[in-house]
Amino acid sequence: MPVTDAPRLQWQTAEVREIVEETPRVRTIILDVPSWHGHKAGQHIDVRLTADDGYQAQRSYSIASAPESDHLMLSVERIEEGEVSPYLAGEARMGDKFELRGPIGGYFVWTIATGGPLFLIAGGSGVAPLMAMLRHRAAQKSTIPATLLFSSRTYDDIIYRAEMERLAAADPHLKIVHTLTRGQPAGWTGPSRRIDSEMLVSEGFAPDAKPHIYICGPTALVESSARALLALGHDRALIKTERFGPTGL
Amino acid sequence: MSDSPVTRGFKGRRGPQGPASRIPPGQHLTTDFPVLSAGPTPPIDLASWSFELQDGDTTLGEWDWDEFNALAQTDVTVDIHCVTTWSKLDTHWQGVTIDTLLEAVGLAEPPGPFTLIHCDGDYTTNVPTEDLVDGKAMIATLYEGEPLVGEHGGPARLLVPHLYFWKSAKWVRSIVFGETDDPGFWEDLGYHIYGDPWREQRYAGD
Amino acid sequence: MHLHGDKPVDGNAVAGLFREVFALDLTTASLICAGCGAEAEIGSVRVFGGTMGAVFRCDGCDEVVMRLVRTPDGYWLDMQGARRLFARKVG
Repeated sequence: MPVTDAPRLQWQTAEVREIVEETPRVRTIILDVPSWHGHKAGQHIDVRLTADDGYQAQRSYSIASAPESDHLMLSVERIEEGEVSPYLAGEARMGDKFELRGPIGGYFVWTIATGGPLFLIAGGSGVAPLMAMLRHRAAQKSTIPATLLFSSRTYDDIIYRAEMERLAAADPHLKIVHTLTRGQPAGWTGPSRRIDSEMLVSEGFAPDAKPHIYICGPTALVESSARALLALGHDRALIKTERFGPTGL
Repeated sequence: MSDSPVTRGFKGRRGPQGPASRIPPGQHLTTDFPVLSAGPTPPIDLASWSFELQDGDTTLGEWDWDEFNALAQTDVTVDIHCVTTWSKLDTHWQGVTIDTLLEAVGLAEPPGPFTLIHCDGDYTTNVPTEDLVDGKAMIATLYEGEPLVGEHGGPARLLVPHLYFWKSAKWVRSIVFGETDDPGFWEDLGYHIYGDPWREQRYAGD
Repeated sequence: MHLHGDKPVDGNAVAGLFREVFALDLTTASLICAGCGAEAEIGSVRVFGGTMGAVFRCDGCDEVVMRLVRTPDGYWLDMQGARRLFARKVG
């Protein structure tokens, strides 16, 4: 779908079409948006909720669905802080309506035209915009080499696990590596520690390959990964980061 | 804004309104202590810490950490009000009042009608002198009996509880007295020059 | 809102606010710090300030390079800390 910058960013009303429980802590909300002009993988939207007395709260969410998808998907983690996430991850149900605007932000974006190799590093629900990139890549049947290094707490906390297994099994150019930081199932052979320099070397691409690197997750994971990659000799201009963090802006 | 459809089941996570006598208009109660910073939290380094009182370019007094803590200490229990609409009741602070500092440098009267407060991280805020004296404000170093932590402004922050809390500048390093009311960091960018929560002076023009 | 307001977000997170003010997407614009000369894409710059406003700080020197505040009346932009901004045309 062609993406054009609308002259103005308009709020519009979206309707919850379906809810998928991804993990005990994360659910995906599938939305019908009446006039959606397409997006690029990695972009986000702003969500605005309005209480019956007019009180409003706003927060940004990365789009998890591919540009090629018919529906817009958000994956939301049940977090204690904030107002919007607890609502979306707990209270929202099919048929509910709220406002959104977007797509927004051209910085944390990857398209087939951006090229590769593609090195994605995610922590928890930070995987959402990176999944949009993998879904876009798969929809385009791209053979650009891609690796996702994904840190989750436990096996049951791995968001999109089944879909990732499907994608990786069908695609020799795609590698998905899970690291489990808080608990591993019996027989787990993968890494079981926080993402570190050694893991970035063993699982990722060499600096000489000039991979396009996207990191999304909690601030500590993003900053330590970015620092380690710079120290390994990766080009700063090819490393894009998206720290989690509630913003009401 | 009024065109927005109501989201079923969304109430927001606003605390209770609280007693009108203690909660200014548009504010809600909170029991935790939200953090809001205009920059990274500086590392606490008591060995190199100093605090200065200035009249324009003239230094009236300067204290290192030990000297500052040797000054007469004052305890207060006050309500605080953040412009982002939370209020917190009965917070307990200890520190040195601005009256004590002026007395320590031998001044019976403050040297000018306005102040600009300077902090680590290039943060500033302006406060009229009369809002700092007569026990209305202090440089606080203890919160709830404990040394003030970095994210809340430690080792020392200004405490002017009767104004919106951005005036209670974190990581405070000097008070500069002057003849003019020069806007500080937020006051220069759309926020109210004075910031009285009871008159809901959030933004310029309120 | 209860925010961990001492943790920065990325400039990219301010994209919606930018689009209320500017026709172009500023997250891909490059900004040069007036203090140390470091150049960065705005989407990558750390933003502080929580819900009071967006305070952009240079990765090189921590100085404020840009500030943007939305008030009920409009938008306040300060770029004293920036030497130059380049925003590429779309398409």
